[in-house]
This record gives sequence, structure tokens and C-alpha cells, in this order.
Amino acid sequence: MEEPELRREVMRALRAVAPEVEEAALDPRAPLREQVDLDSIDFLRFLAELEARLGIAIPEAEYARLTSLDSLVQALAERSAPARR
Amino acid sequence: MLTFTLPSLGADMERGRLVEWRVKPGDTVARGQVVAVVDTDKAAIEVECWQPGVVHALLVPVGETVPVGTPLATLLELGETAPAPGTTEPARAVAAATATAVRASPGARERARELGLDLATLAAGSAAGTLTRSDVERAAAAPVGARTSGEGTELRRTIAAAMARSKREIPHYYLAETLCVARATAWLERRNEGRPAGARLVLAALLVKSVARAAQEYPDFNGWFQDGAHRPSGQVNVGLAVALRGGGVIAPALAGAERASPDELMRALTDLVTRARAGALRSSEIGTATITITSLGERGVEAVFGVIHAPQVALVGFGSPAERPWVLDGEVRPAPVLVATLAADHRVSDGHRGALFLARIAALVQRPEEL
Repeated sequence: MEEPELRREVMRALRAVAPEVEEAALDPRAPLREQVDLDSIDFLRFLAELEARLGIAIPEAEYARLTSLDSLVQALAERSAPARR
Repeated sequence: MLTFTLPSLGADMERGRLVEWRVKPGDTVARGQVVAVVDTDKAAIEVECWQPGVVHALLVPVGETVPVGTPLATLLELGETAPAPGTTEPARAVAAATATAVRASPGARERARELGLDLATLAAGSAAGTLTRSDVERAAAAPVGARTSGEGTELRRTIAAAMARSKREIPHYYLAETLCVARATAWLERRNEGRPAGARLVLAALLVKSVARAAQEYPDFNGWFQDGAHRPSGQVNVGLAVALRGGGVIAPALAGAERASPDELMRALTDLVTRARAGALRSSEIGTATITITSLGERGVEAVFGVIHAPQVALVGFGSPAERPWVLDGEVRPAPVLVATLAADHRVSDGHRGALFLARIAALVQRPEEL
């Protein structure tokens, strides 16, 4: 999956948890959880939604990389396309 | 013939607006079934009926605001036959079955009320899904007017009244204890390894379970203060302070947390938080909590000293877990620590009992395998 498409899936998964979020209002390099006000339960719901949409596993050990929208998309791109590297 | 009235969904509720009927005349209603959705100052609540029967007539149409105690519907008891027409003519005939339900977040409802917009009209013009606050604001932005809402919102006023009452009536005392949660977080890590996100546990589940178990063992922190005396509750209903998107807080109750396994509790927590945010709580979850937990800590603060939700007598707060130097076996090491606080009612308990209660919570959190 290419990055723009991944980004759209991330936004869809995010909106499933926080329906009022608009991408234009987000700083893609700032921490996502603070901007969208996701608590730990919201964050897990968001990851579960992403896992279901992308058909990949996002282990807890990856959490440290999943901070901003940009780093999240980057981490997902690596996970969903391991064959290409 | 039974009469189904609008229940009080919280001590401070005076009236509610009927948003949706989930039943129509002739439907058989089971005990505990959701029959209607009512919008209160705080959120849209799914109202359950606690008497089984067959719906005879719906007395209040969708959209109408009525005081607590107003008959909403009449039910025939199981086996009872309908009276002859004309003998008990309901006050108003209703077209509830044809009305469409509007799905909107509490924020959207609140904003629409402030702006004087009709949600049904907005919903008709919206593509699909649940109306959000920004949908309402977009709709309101079209005719630009000088609408100011200086006096604050309905939800704000409700919170203000409840908190002012608590601080006026309850002599609070506060205790704090810092706990090392290294064992709990290591246990969670092992437990979550290899599991999909939807099946993982978060620390909050262990905290809720610990508080519920401790509250069961220390009844002076569980229950309500009513008519000049504390009435301990036989069961523990943990109220969870959930921050609403768009502002405000609501604390629906989770029953049976002391008996639930961590997995069951995690599912129940996720479900409750999701529904609280979406404005789909049930009447049995509102105004039934016997102790409240707030974990403002997730927003990054170290400790929270809460305001007790009257008529309850205690509130437990958890701060944000953070890496701090911790002394273990005579050595300083980095460890994840968490500040647990207790706000309790001095009419009911004293600091010594409070300290024991808080220490019991701390001990339970540190033995997650026993929860």
C-alpha cells in the first residue's frame, strides 16, 4: 500500500474513534494522542481499527514509533511492505 | 395496566427530551430492554424498562421535553387484555414509530442547542453516520451571525451545580501514595505480547479492578451518604470519569468490576467509554455509581485530587505513569511509578481508614496475577 493510501486509512481509523477529527487541523509532525485527545483505551481502539483495515499486526513494542501522523504512516509503510526492502 | 415513567438519570436531572422510541404499541418488552432514548443535560441515554409487558400506548412524542416522573408509555402486563377503546384514552396519540432517530454526539447535541439548530434538519442534510460537533458548527457557519453563548452550556451548568454542591456539603480529606507499577506493566507486556490490539489490556483495567476489590473490602468508601448517614452499598458500581470530546465529563457506572476477569473488564471498559463518548449510555449506568475513579493522569499530570460525586463518599484518582528514580533493595533504579490519590468524605471515614484503603489498592495493583 502506498503512503497516501495508508494515510487515508489512518484517518479513517482515527475517525472511527474520534469522529470530529479533520486532517487539515492536525500537525502531522506533532504527537497525535495529545492533539486528538486519545486516552489509552481510545488508542487501543484506534490500533485495533488499523489492524483490521490493513490486515497487519502492530505489536506493543512499536508504540514508541507511533507518535505523530507522519511517523505512524512511516512505521506502517515499513510493516505492510517488508518484501520491498 | 402499567405506566412507564421518565426515570431520574442522576440526582440533578429535572427533565429530559425524548429522542427516539425503540418500541411501538403491540411490542413485547422484556425486563431490562432499552425502550427509548432520552436526551438529558449531560448525554443521550438509552432508557431501560424494568417491568416486562406489552406496549399499549406511547404517551410522549419524539422531540418533546418532559419532567422526570412523566408517564412515557402504558404497558399491559403479560396476559392482560387491552381495555375497551375510549376507557383509558391516552392523553395524546403518537406517531413515534414513523419518526426517524437522529444519531448525534453529545457535543453535537449541546452545540445545536446553543445555536438553536434542529438536529433532525441537520441530519436530513448530512450524508450518513453520526452528527458531530463540527457538522453542527459547519451548518451554523453558513448564516454568519453574532451568536455568543456567554453564559456557558447546559452541561457546564450541570457540572457546576454538582461540584458546588459537593464542595459545600462534603468535608473532603485527601491522601496520596506513590506506587511503583513495574510488576504490573511487566505483567501487561507479557500478557499482551502476540495479541492483536483489540485483545490487549491497558493498565486502567487493572486499576479499576483493584479499586473495585478494595471498595468491597472497605465499605466506608463505597455507597451513598443519604438522610444524614452513610449507607454502604452491597455491590460495587465503579463510576468512571470519562472526558467528553468537546468538553465536559460524565461518570457512568460499571457494575460487577470486582468479579470480572481482566479480559471481561477490559471489554466492558472499552464498551462503556465508547458509548459514553458517542452519547449512548443506558439509564442503569447513570446515577448508580457507588465510588468514582478519575484518571486525569492520562492527560499527563502527575496527580489528581478529585471532587467527590455526591451522594458518593469517595473518589480515587490516578496520575500518569512515568519513569522516576525508585529505591529497591538499597539501590536507586528507574521505574514506572504512578500517584494514586483518595478524596474521601470525613463525615464517613477518617484519614487512618483512608490510608488503609489506599494501601490496599496499591497492594492489589502490584499483584496483577491475582486480579
